[in-house]
Amino acid sequence: MGKRERRSAVPRAVGAFQARTRVMSAEDVDRAIRRMAHEILERNSGAEDVVLIGLQTGGVELAHRLGDDMRAIEGSEVPVGTLDATMHRDDYGMRPVMPEAATEIPVDPTGKVIVLVDDVLYTGRTVRAALDAIHSYGRPAAVQLAVMVDRGHRELPIRPDYVGKNLPTRRDEIVDVHHGGVDLGELS
Amino acid sequence: MSTTLAIRGGIVVDSTGTRRADVVVDSRGSIVAVGAEMEADESLDASGCVVSPGLVDLHVHLRQPGHEEAETVETGARGAALGGFTAILAMPNTTPTVDTAAMVNEVIGLGRGTACDVHTAGAITVGRDGETLSPMAEMVRAGVRVFTDDGTGVQDVRLMRTALEYADSLSYLSGGRPIVLAQHCEVSALSKGGHMHEGRWSSSLGIPGQPAEAEELMVMRDIALARLTGARIHFQHLSTARSVAMVRSAKQAGLLVTAEATTHHFTLTDETCASYDPVFKVHPPLRTDEDIVAVKQGLADGTIDAVATDHAPHTSEDKERTFADAPSGMLGLETAFALANTELDLPIEEVLALMSWRPAAIAGLDPVHGGPIVAGGAANLAVIDPGATWTISADHMASRSTNTPYVGRVVRGKVRHTILRGLPVVVDGEARM
Amino acid sequence: MTGPVRHLLSIADLDRDSIEQILDLTESFAEVGERNIPKVPALRGKTIAWLFYEDSTRTRLSFETAAKRLSADTMNFSVSTSSVKKGESLRDTVSTIEAMGVDGVVVRHSAAGAPNRIAEWVDAAVVNAGDGWNQHPTQSLLDLYTARSHLGDLDGRHMLIVGDIKHSRVARSNVSAFTEMGADVTLVAPRTLLPADIDHWPVEVTHDLDSVIESADICYLLRMQLERQELAYVPTLREFHTEWGLDPRRADLLPEHALIMHPGPMNRGVEIDGSVADRPNALMTQQVANGVAVRMAVLYLLLGSGLDLVDERLAAA
Repeated sequence: MGKRERRSAVPRAVGAFQARTRVMSAEDVDRAIRRMAHEILERNSGAEDVVLIGLQTGGVELAHRLGDDMRAIEGSEVPVGTLDATMHRDDYGMRPVMPEAATEIPVDPTGKVIVLVDDVLYTGRTVRAALDAIHSYGRPAAVQLAVMVDRGHRELPIRPDYVGKNLPTRRDEIVDVHHGGVDLGELS
Repeated sequence: MSTTLAIRGGIVVDSTGTRRADVVVDSRGSIVAVGAEMEADESLDASGCVVSPGLVDLHVHLRQPGHEEAETVETGARGAALGGFTAILAMPNTTPTVDTAAMVNEVIGLGRGTACDVHTAGAITVGRDGETLSPMAEMVRAGVRVFTDDGTGVQDVRLMRTALEYADSLSYLSGGRPIVLAQHCEVSALSKGGHMHEGRWSSSLGIPGQPAEAEELMVMRDIALARLTGARIHFQHLSTARSVAMVRSAKQAGLLVTAEATTHHFTLTDETCASYDPVFKVHPPLRTDEDIVAVKQGLADGTIDAVATDHAPHTSEDKERTFADAPSGMLGLETAFALANTELDLPIEEVLALMSWRPAAIAGLDPVHGGPIVAGGAANLAVIDPGATWTISADHMASRSTNTPYVGRVVRGKVRHTILRGLPVVVDGEARM
Repeated sequence: MTGPVRHLLSIADLDRDSIEQILDLTESFAEVGERNIPKVPALRGKTIAWLFYEDSTRTRLSFETAAKRLSADTMNFSVSTSSVKKGESLRDTVSTIEAMGVDGVVVRHSAAGAPNRIAEWVDAAVVNAGDGWNQHPTQSLLDLYTARSHLGDLDGRHMLIVGDIKHSRVARSNVSAFTEMGADVTLVAPRTLLPADIDHWPVEVTHDLDSVIESADICYLLRMQLERQELAYVPTLREFHTEWGLDPRRADLLPEHALIMHPGPMNRGVEIDGSVADRPNALMTQQVANGVAVRMAVLYLLLGSGLDLVDERLAAA
């Protein structure tokens, strides 16, 4: 978590989210996190050099839950940090964008395996900004990407390494990841 | 060949009273007749208007010689005529200073043939340096009746005493007309570095201020000198309540003091400086609401004898600076009557007294200017529609400069015609020359 | 440039919510400065001109560092070598700079209101980096940020501003800034160093530093302008130091948690004793460090965020 929780400074889209279908239950999400924790450990032969970085704001809680599961499995602490990549986005000036919360990178990423964690992977632009941002802290040995939902519609050559659920969507739909699970719906 | 011009349908107002009459003037410069149903070669409509002796401004800066890019005698005189003035007194702080008969003659020469009768004051000290008396006698011989170092006050009290006594001796050169020393009251040791009135606004705005006392101390000092010398002193652009009060008691004590106030010192306060726009930078600075009330009261009760403009043109380049860096001064000639008529809350007879016959007497210009409108009198007249409302705009002024602080202000009273030496120099609000 | 551009001319233009937004945002930018590569592309493609009519190496370096960390391009209009000396009017100078296509102009001028005038003439965002005795809004923001990071909420905190208040833009800005944030401000100076007619200011005034020192949460010292000494607002600097300087005895009287602040550059031995300036609760170095982050936040808000400095969308969010 960032140093301070603040009210969000990003102007929200007009209209309220209207959930239509529950695509994952809370239990589904728990299971997916546990599975992804195993996959990360397996792929990196343990947790030794792994650092989880949750992207502000949706990826932060997931990163912590992944870290908890990995510790439970492996028995050792996994560093968890947060990253706000707003200042590295490519769309500032096109719409109002404000950093939402402070970034906290707990260890020097140089030589580490950084796993970026986010709730939903969509166009890939946030991940691109995050890749850019993480490099200003050091040179990781590798960067991997974990997301709870991959909803398609990529605009950049980015693919996730760990996915909770592949969910085909329309562009006008909204995916909402929250404590009770994952909902699909639209703005009303 | 002379021609005659009748001004028909107006109400004549002068120092003798008010009556309905037509006025016929001839092109040689005299009033031929005052009455009804008179013949003339041409006529001007004055219905709904007041026909007054031409206005007289004791305080204008014409910038020539030296700063012709801001104003010339010709453009200043045209603006004056549009404002209803038939005589203006130019201040001597040109470059070079008007401190010799030769300089006096140059300015008067530049004024010849313009739309207004141009007189000049002479400087009290050479180059307005405050140190050496200028050759006053030669300037009186050249026609000067008023001396001033306007722009600064004479700081040296001994020198000021000498100047008063010396000037007072020179009326033998002016046919007995009094010679007047006019003082820009400001103790510079106290005002130095200031750009606006010192008070709550200067403190909030962070603009260095100059206190009201810088003016008041010199008013106080010069009243003492008037008592000491028995000479005449005219106080220029009085701006503070206490200055007005001191002049009031000096007059009650029988001293030969007179005073003027400018239009901006009874219409604008230091609050306007909050815009940081140097169009509101003027010298003495704009003061407070209480000062405005006192200045108006002084004008109403006769403590202050005249409304002056302190017309001070500056180019837009000069004003497109910071408040501190820009020069002081604002335009006044073309808006003065309307502002006085709108803001003073006085009957028009009183407004005209303040703007015509009383200033004319102070500068020794009567009865050619400001004199009664009677057959045989000088034909220097203003025809004014006191009820006409209009909106002040900088674009339509005759001045070379545009530094009026009144853009957008709605005022009442418009000069319709101005007659100079029997000739219409302004007709229906348009300059003829 | 799309939409209305706002400027940062005076701290008095900002209400408490806006100030808090900027201070919150400053935290994000402070973090950038701690990175290995302390640079983000947020203002890539934007050009900022420095228009410094008055020497100020410190403020300019701070703004320049902020701009560079945001990847903005900068250009320096050095007044001493320019046509300004040849009598060019302020407006002409500014028009020339704008014609080169700048997005922001950072102005330092010895005359109060110079940035206000410039803002009337240009479309670019204008940031006041200090104008005469009037305002120094980014200094106030960094002072607030520094004080807040140590004291938390400033509501009801007692701030002393000590020294040459009359000639100080920092004092004017900080009176607005700290009172807006709820602090109680006391000005401490002899009358010669106080502005005229300040009864309506939301402050207490005293001439006696010892009478208030023990109740201070912040003791903010102003720089004595030694070049003004010729005008003799105080008889000697030694006497000033004795009466209004923060010497070790007075510093000991401050509460333990109290902060000592100074906008710099300090005159050691005049407004502050040399040893006091090196105490752990003297925050001058932090003020300088925070200056960069605050200026990044301000430049980002005005030039990069797509928001106005005081934006109702910000307030609503």
